[in-house]
Amino acid sequence: MKLLTANFISCPVRTCKTSPTSFPLHFKDCELACDPDGNPYSRETLLGVLPRLEWDALRTSAGELGFTELPVEKPEGEVVGEEVLRRIWELLVQTHVVTGKMVCGNCAYEFGIQSGIANFLLPGHLV
Amino acid sequence: MLPTPTTAHLTFTHIYNPSEDTYLLLDTLSSPSQTTFLSQHFPPHTPTPFVLEIGSGSGIITSFITSHALTIFSRPDLLLLTTDISHHASLATPTTVLHNPPPPNCSSGLFLDSLTTDLSSPMRRGVVDVLIFNPPYVPTDTIPFTSSTAFSNLSTRSSFDEESYYLELTYAGGEDGMGTTNRLLEGLDETLSPRGVLYLLLCAQNKPEQVAERLRTGGYGGDGSGGPLWKVEKVGSSGLRAGWEVLGIWRVWR
Repeated sequence: MKLLTANFISCPVRTCKTSPTSFPLHFKDCELACDPDGNPYSRETLLGVLPRLEWDALRTSAGELGFTELPVEKPEGEVVGEEVLRRIWELLVQTHVVTGKMVCGNCAYEFGIQSGIANFLLPGHLV
Repeated sequence: MLPTPTTAHLTFTHIYNPSEDTYLLLDTLSSPSQTTFLSQHFPPHTPTPFVLEIGSGSGIITSFITSHALTIFSRPDLLLLTTDISHHASLATPTTVLHNPPPPNCSSGLFLDSLTTDLSSPMRRGVVDVLIFNPPYVPTDTIPFTSSTAFSNLSTRSSFDEESYYLELTYAGGEDGMGTTNRLLEGLDETLSPRGVLYLLLCAQNKPEQVAERLRTGGYGGDGSGGPLWKVEKVGSSGLRAGWEVLGIWRVWR
């Protein structure tokens, strides 16, 4: 799972949806892989994606994976340096969680990630 | 016509083998009327559209949109995510995207991930700009249970039972074949962004005209006081051919 994906998802438990602590889900015990050839850098895409990002949540998620260099303020506009953009792309798109967990800050349920694929199926009593 | 993605790398014991419904969705999404609509609905320099396919199966539809983003949306920046209740499908989908790169010198959309989950349940509210769903639409007495518990119990059953279960997941739609689709439509207002568009496949037995009317008149969602009023249009069909299964693609938007 990509760090970028984590910025668009929250806990699937219905009663958690309205709780601000259900987003972002918190990474735990993660093994990472980097795939620099997978999705080549696209400035156009990144500039289109940046306005969509919840930046504070992204910094939280990145921090949980050991990346603390994201700037406090969201870089926006055409003036942002190419080097900064390339590093953000590397983090968001080319870094993958291969195995690990995502934990809801509201209900504490742990969702597993295996072979890069997160499983959000819920047990019968939570469906 | 755009080339159909290859799925030659897959075996279809546990996932849905692309069929007439799949190809109707591909044809509709790449038809001049829909590429014009999508290009105007998501004009250049607006934030990158977020595409979610529910029940991606082999991944052929998302793979098609990823590699032909520029032709379909007139812009290369697309984010694509898929969900499926079956982890076999979640594993298959990214491999199909990898096996179908964009045409030479053409940039593709950005495929994010596939998630194993029910419908769009882990999505943050109001994120999805284009939602695509080829649902289990065949009328059946029951719909299989899909909790995590049901899946872990599978390991105690024979491989024939297991394959039957996964097959049933791909088609069994409950009453009028609408059981799963109704759940999606009840939550549609929360899933779609303000500019969001749904492409939904329905067959004749789903009573699609009634579904469309119910969507137009606030019959889905809300707490009894009336849900949102959707625009609904039939934008593709395979009804010209003989056979009991007459399929249509319905576009639903605000």
